[in-house]
Amino acid sequence: MGDSTYGFQRTATGRIVLRADQVERGLLTSVAQQVIDLVKPEELPEDTDPLEAQLGWTAGDIGLSDDPAVARLLPNAYADEQEAADFRRFTERDLREGKVQQATTVLSELERSGEKITVGSPDSWLATLNDARLAIGTRIQISDDNHEELASLPQDDPRAGLFHVYDWLTFLQESLVRCLDPSLYGFSGEDAPVIDD
Amino acid sequence: MTRVAASPELDEQVEEVVDLQRPWITIVWNDPVNLMSYVTYVFMNYFKYPREKAEKLMRDVHYEGRAVVSSGTREEMERDVNAMHSYGLWATLQKDE
Repeated sequence: MGDSTYGFQRTATGRIVLRADQVERGLLTSVAQQVIDLVKPEELPEDTDPLEAQLGWTAGDIGLSDDPAVARLLPNAYADEQEAADFRRFTERDLREGKVQQATTVLSELERSGEKITVGSPDSWLATLNDARLAIGTRIQISDDNHEELASLPQDDPRAGLFHVYDWLTFLQESLVRCLDPSLYGFSGEDAPVIDD
Repeated sequence: MTRVAASPELDEQVEEVVDLQRPWITIVWNDPVNLMSYVTYVFMNYFKYPREKAEKLMRDVHYEGRAVVSSGTREEMERDVNAMHSYGLWATLQKDE
């Protein structure tokens, strides 16, 4: 990858910035858009009970998604299926909308940025990077011990490109957590690296 | 606190009340995607746990496969589980056994 070699960086005045070239910004845009496409709630039919719509409740039973990536982003809250479905009716729409909101914030910050992206909502970036990694990680069936195997796939394997993106997003997310809390990476706070504005 | 002539029945009732107030727990499960630093960050920022406690819970999740991260009423635990899902952590709630 090009400009984002350093990932997210803290500036001397406390801002968080990411240098990214056009290709990288395009990739981030596509990744955030895919998170939205995966989790965006269905439009409510016109005859929806207004109270139901206002409360964000879903009529009838909804279960764990058949799509493993969606199932990972919106997992069951209870081991018992009926309890899980009851919980979903009252919470799933809000959870979906929250994730869409965060990814939309990332998209708009990307849209108004050039080579240097100033992060206005780090929590939205953090959550969207994580959601994207969860979705891709599920697609390529990542496990605790198959990183090397995935990293050495032949280029014509469709998982090879996805793993490359996954790896890059991991690096970006690590760098963002490090900006937000340098102590988690062994910095005392004052000795955490900063760059010029 | 001074207690005068507490009856065994009263003790049992008090215990029941306490039990009813904190009978549910939130469990976070290990997964191969979430970063150790991010999980610690979430525990510190959402639960306001000190770093040491957040890191211990993160290690329990990572090495033991799961950790009980909070306990309280069912409503409180539903709120916590929902928050964990919005952060992308894999969490469930259940009655404490």
